[in-house]
Parts: sequence; C-alpha cells; structure tokens
Amino acid sequence: MGTTDFEDRTAGEDGGPFTLSRRKFLGLAGAGIVICFTVGDWGLLEAQERRRDYPADFNAYLRIGEDGRVTVYSGKVELGQGVITALAQMAAEELGVALESIDMVMGDTRSCPYDMGTFGSMSVRFFGPALRGAAAEARAVLVELAAERLAVPKEQLGVENGVVFVTRDRARHVSFGELAKGRAIERHLTGKPALRPVASWTRAGRPERRTDARAKATGEAKYAGDIRLPGMLYARVLRPPAHGARLVRVDTSAAAAMAGVTVFDRDGLVAVLAADPEKAGEALGAVKADFDVPPAAVDEGTIFDHLVASAPAPQDVQRQGDVAAGERAATVTFEHRYENGYGAHAPIETHTALAEVADGRATVWISTQTPFANQQEVAQALGLAPEAVRVVTPFVGGGFGGKSGSALQAVHAAKLSKALGRPVQVAWTRAEEFHHDAFRPAAVVTVKSGTNAAGRIVLWDCKVYSAGARSAEQLYDVPNNLVRTYGNWYRDSGGQHTLGTGPWRAPGANINVFARESQVDVMAARAKKDPLAFRLDNATEPRLRAVLAAAAERFRWTAGAAPSGRGCGIACGVDAGSYVAMCAEVAVDKATGRIRVKRIVCAQDMGQVVNPDGAVMQMEGCIAMGLGYALTETLRFKGGTVLDRGFDTYELPRFSGMPAIDCVLVKNDAIAPQGGGEPAIVPVGAAIANAVFDATGARVFRMPMTPDLVRQAIAGQATRD
Amino acid sequence: MGTIAFTLNGKSTSLDVDGRRRLLWVLRGELGLTGTKYGCGESQCGACTVVVNGEPVRSCQVTMADVQGKDVVTVEGLARDGRLHPLQEQFIEHGSMQCGFCTSGMLMSAYGLLLRIPHPTREQIVAGMDDNLCRCANHKRIVEAIEAAAGGR
Repeated sequence: MGTTDFEDRTAGEDGGPFTLSRRKFLGLAGAGIVICFTVGDWGLLEAQERRRDYPADFNAYLRIGEDGRVTVYSGKVELGQGVITALAQMAAEELGVALESIDMVMGDTRSCPYDMGTFGSMSVRFFGPALRGAAAEARAVLVELAAERLAVPKEQLGVENGVVFVTRDRARHVSFGELAKGRAIERHLTGKPALRPVASWTRAGRPERRTDARAKATGEAKYAGDIRLPGMLYARVLRPPAHGARLVRVDTSAAAAMAGVTVFDRDGLVAVLAADPEKAGEALGAVKADFDVPPAAVDEGTIFDHLVASAPAPQDVQRQGDVAAGERAATVTFEHRYENGYGAHAPIETHTALAEVADGRATVWISTQTPFANQQEVAQALGLAPEAVRVVTPFVGGGFGGKSGSALQAVHAAKLSKALGRPVQVAWTRAEEFHHDAFRPAAVVTVKSGTNAAGRIVLWDCKVYSAGARSAEQLYDVPNNLVRTYGNWYRDSGGQHTLGTGPWRAPGANINVFARESQVDVMAARAKKDPLAFRLDNATEPRLRAVLAAAAERFRWTAGAAPSGRGCGIACGVDAGSYVAMCAEVAVDKATGRIRVKRIVCAQDMGQVVNPDGAVMQMEGCIAMGLGYALTETLRFKGGTVLDRGFDTYELPRFSGMPAIDCVLVKNDAIAPQGGGEPAIVPVGAAIANAVFDATGARVFRMPMTPDLVRQAIAGQATRD
Repeated sequence: MGTIAFTLNGKSTSLDVDGRRRLLWVLRGELGLTGTKYGCGESQCGACTVVVNGEPVRSCQVTMADVQGKDVVTVEGLARDGRLHPLQEQFIEHGSMQCGFCTSGMLMSAYGLLLRIPHPTREQIVAGMDDNLCRCANHKRIVEAIEAAAGGR
C-alpha cells in the first residue's frame, strides 16, 4: 500500500540524533571561527513549533574562513523557494559582510546540523532567527579580537563589508579573514544576542536577485540526477500497476539475457540495471510480471461520500460559544458541502537518487526536502549506523511537499549499490512519479452557518474530512463557533485512501479556505451586501483588515452585492503567520463553462520582509500554482490505480492561462518575518469561485472548477430561478 | 553502433553510438552535458528542449541518427566567449527561475523562438512557450525576461 504517514515518518527524528561528535564537527569546519548555536537556548521557537518537534539540538553553524568568506551550513534545502538567498541576507546583515561573501552549504548531513525538513514555510521564520543570532555573536567575537589586535576599545570600532575599523581613523583596520586566520575559536552563545533592528538593515530587507540564478541559467546547477560517478549504473525498478497489488510471478530471463544488463530480484525488489538509462528501460520492458490487483472500491467520483462515511472520530479544533444558541440567534442559516479531489505534486524533477555504498559506508545524493530523515531511512535499509550514511542534497527541482519524508528511490538505489558494489542511480520516470506520489488527499468540508438580522455571523459549525486543521480556524468574529476535523491529511485512519497521501503546498489549507471564504460569500450575497464590506463587518483583526483593504485598493474594488455580472471576487486567509487577501477578476464562457482568470491582486502581511523580491516571487508562484488546484488539477483513479500518469491528462497551469498578477507587500515591521512559501496559495480557489459567482450567479462547490462543473452550476441556477 | 558527427555548441563532435539512442540521454551521459533535463520523456513538459538547426526540439524524442550532420545547441552553448546570452542575463535579472529544473528548457525554447521571431509580441511569446511547463509557476517572470531580451537586441 502506498499510504504514507508523514507525521510518523518524521516523528522518529525528534530532537536529534545529531550524529556528529563535537570534535568531528569542528574538524570538518577547519580553521576559522566556529559559532555553534542551539535554537532552544533562546526560546525563539513558538509553542506551535515545539509541537512539531523542531529540533532543539545544534541547528546550524557558520564559519568565517581564513579567506574572509563566510560559509553558512543549514539543514534546510533550496528547492526553488529562495532561502539560499534570504538566509544568506540574514547572515550578511548580522555579520556585516557583503552578501557575495557568503557561501551556503545546505542539506548535507555530514557538514550540516540536524534539521527536521524544509516545509511549512519555516526556514526564514524559525531557522532565520537562530542564524541571525549566530551571526550577531560571530560579529561580537570578531570585534573583540579586533579590539585586541588594534589596541582600541571595542566601542570605538565599526564593521563594514567584513572589515573592522577604527571609526575615527579608518586607515586602521583589520579584516574578518585576517582575524580568523590560523585560529579555531569556539564559542557557545549564552543569552539572546542583540540582533540588528530592522530600521538599520542594509543587507536584509532589500530586494536581492537570487544568488543561484546564474548557475541555473547556465545549466551548471547540479541536481541529484546530474551527479556522475565512475562505473555508475542506472536502475529501473519493477512497479505494480496499482497500489495494493501483489506480485504473483515474475520472469526476468529475457532481461537477464540482454547484453550489459544486470537483474536484481531479492526481498520484493525487482530491478534491472545498465550503463545508460535507455538500456535499463528496455530491459524493464522485457521483464514479464503478473500481479493480483485488488478490486477497486472507490474512484474520483465516489471518494467524497466514502471519506465522510469512513471518517474517524472528530477532534475539536475550535469551540467557542454554543452552536445551538447560534442556531437560535440566526435569522438565516446556510449549509453547504465543499470538495476537492486528489492533487499531484508533479515537480518537474522526478524523485531521483544516486547511491554509492562501499566498505560499510554510504553516500546518497537525493532530491529531497528531508535529508536527515532519509539518512535514517537509508541507514535502516542497509543495516548501517546513521553516522555511516551521508546524504547530500544538491539543488532540488521542486518539492511542494512531495519530497518530504520517505525517499523510496534512495532506499532502492542504496540497496542496489550495496548488492552490486557500484554506484547506482534511481530516477523515476514521469509515470512512476505520478504512481508513487503522496497525493494531497481528497477532502470534504461541510459548513453550517447563520447570520442575524444585522448581517453578523452568529453561527459556524464546520466539519473537515481528511484535510486537517490548517487554516480551518475561524478568521471572523463568530460567537458560536465549532470547527472539527475528521481525520487529517497526514494520516489514513484506516481504509480511507487507496493511494499514498501526504503534504501538498499549505496542506489542507486550500480546501479549508475555499470552504470558509465561499460560505462567507454565500452569506454576503443573501444579505445583499458587498463581499468586502461583509467581511470587514465581521472581522476585527487589524492585520486581516489591513490586507483586505490593501488588496481592494490595488484592485480598485468597486463595492456592490454579488452577483454583479462583473466577475470580481475576494477572499482572505492566514497561513504560516502571514495574512493574505486576494481579489480575482474572471470571465466565464457560459456556454462552455470555461473560466478565464483575467487578473489577480494579492496583498500579504508577512511581518518583516527579508528579501522583498523573493517574497513577491513566492506570492506570484503561489497564485499561478493555485490556478491549477482551482481550475484543472485533479487526479483520476480507480481503487489503487492512478489513471493520470503524465502531463497530457493531468493539466498544470500554463503560460496561456496566466492572468495579470499584482502583488502588494503590506508593511509590518513590528513583527518578525513570517511564512512566505505558502500563504498566498490558500485563497486562490475561493477568490476565483467568488468571482465566478459574481460573474454568473452560479456557485461551484468543488475544486477543480472544471467547465463541466461550471456548466452544471449555471444550469442549476437557471432551474432555481 | 555507428559514428554520428554533428556540431555541438559550435564544436565539431563525433562519437560512436547507437543511432537509435535519444539525444537527451547521450547529452547527459556520454557527453556530460547535464544542463538538459529529463522531465517526462514524452514531449509533454519541455525540460529537455535543445535547438537543432535553429529549431527548438524535445531531445527526449530526437534520436542520434536525427542529428547526424546537424547543428545542436544546448543551454551550455548559449554563452559565447564567456559572455552570457541576453536571455540568460534577463532570466537572472528578472528572477525567472525558482527551482531551476525547467529553466534550461525555457531558455532553449525562448532562444528558438527569438531565432524565428526576433521581436515577438507578448502573445507570440505565450504561444511559443506554452508547451513548456514550470511547476514553480514563475511564468510571469519568464515572459518578462524574454520580452526584455528581445527588446534589448
């Protein structure tokens, strides 16, 4: 069964183990000043983060090299979200060096300290403060050393571009590199370091081009599949036609007879290997296999009823007031069910790994969001101690949650390399990527809500099936509010899913916000109120009101009750500590049901902004990727058989579907940097659904909002009228 | 096996290889040019795009026999004499990549487009690039970079 249990996969790593001894740690760093820091010391982690078991062990370190260059080691990885630049900016800011003098080493289990994984919009939010603290302390150490070297009190020294100088006599100076030369000074941080206030930022807080742009624009950037080792073999693994299928018999004789082909068949792993991937593919084609496929009980049409029928017991997310009192207080009540099918991650880089196992040690290059979890996984598969396994994470060609947790391709590559004594690459084909994906689970959200005569929301009774709590919390001021989850995106409570499921960009939040913001629009329309005004009437949170106002202003929102025929919709949400509001304008072809999104404006308050250009890039990506889940992307399946196995039928957003996109960063320097990789994707579906309603008077309750569903909604509207 | 001779990034190249093998895998394997990426192997994503005799093609579909005697340009051949191609410069300037895995294919499709239409309209850019997929959804910046590169010529 392909079901993946994301939480359990990472839970084993809680709090370590940090596999390097301190001595080894310093040895690897070489000469220079090493700052070790522990996140836990500073109480920088939110309670929420502790619940997620973010490690309290050594989290990172940085090195001031003899050449004056600064190397930052981070267990976080770069998968396109741009933390390679933002983290470097934060370190440069606190140290007082040029951004260009920073080298980032990311996701290498040998040289980087333990990290739980790169997901949840947490790199800048939670790793960032720790890194800043370390850099601030390093600067303090360097200034002390300079004071001794220059025989000047440290209060009379300044720092600029990696040089410490006497403020009244700039000719007297010494560089970080000179200070670090030949010295290995270790120092633990005690107490919370003084961070540079945002008002005095010079390296952080300004838009920077991606530091990885040149490597990626020249083809020099290396991904897991680009690593070449002498004698390496390319493997293809025999796959079942469906999840839950059982191999009955296999005949590899024809493949084994092919020149240059090696067959592996042991412990349920059947693979063929050759010196080039095409030969391996040919050999796999020559393998004859029979599988028993279990009967299909559900498909993409019946899944929603199935999820409700098979739901586990509910858990309270929020409970305020009393829903019975809310029902009595309401003059009108509304009850709707919202649905979303399975979604694929579909990164352009498929899951890939290269393993070299020899002499009781393994090095594995993996396209992954969780190198440390994979280190444990590979070690376990090989029967090695975790210290004997090194995971290296080159650039990752997109993840979106789909490369979190188990890295089956790395386990297979490692097992094959160990057995054959040669380096082995396993790179999934596109069809394998679809088959083995840990999909965003299909989900259902029901909401019963009510308003009083004054147009205030007085009742909210929300049930979330298989999407979990993220972004399900109430945004509005509702006195009688009950939000419950029935199962979660990360755990199959038993018999719910026939496919693997896991996190997908802002897991669960997209359907939860679609449900809430659609339902709010339904109520606003019944009250004949402008959707923006209705929201503001029911919300007092200042950050929420600020982003709503900013989005409406940039969009030139015209007040009026929907449906106005104009095709404009608004939605808002909070995710990863950031507030977002989004306005969308659509045109709907009523005959075909086709939705064309003409423009989207998004306003986001993410607290202090480290790299405004990077932040906007993430917002743009969220919006454009969100078009997919909103309009076209849903996985067709029958039981454990994935029917969409390529981009011919599973439709990603394209150039021709792009609206004009305009992003606004709402300044809020009063709070630390919040999440940036996911928040702007959460309101996309609702903003479009509300715009479709405004255009047509018809509401679509299921995503993706395909032309068929839009036509049906319009037809239903006509019937009701 | 047979000898396939062609021009690769401006240099005469010949190698003994089965003419039925796909250009993508020979580039990435025997020739060590890993800038060209595998995304789907079915001509559906564009990550493997290279330019052959001035036309953008999917190297996962092109055989080695197909390129016999032809002129092949990959992402590694865009820069000349140490100077980046204007498309590369503008992709960097506009931040037209996130994970970067589709970037080579985007650049080569855009390069082929500009060979055919040196000053394309936005609509022509969208039409010319529409079969190249970018999952990070950086489409806006890719279009802007191509416009800037074409305008700056």
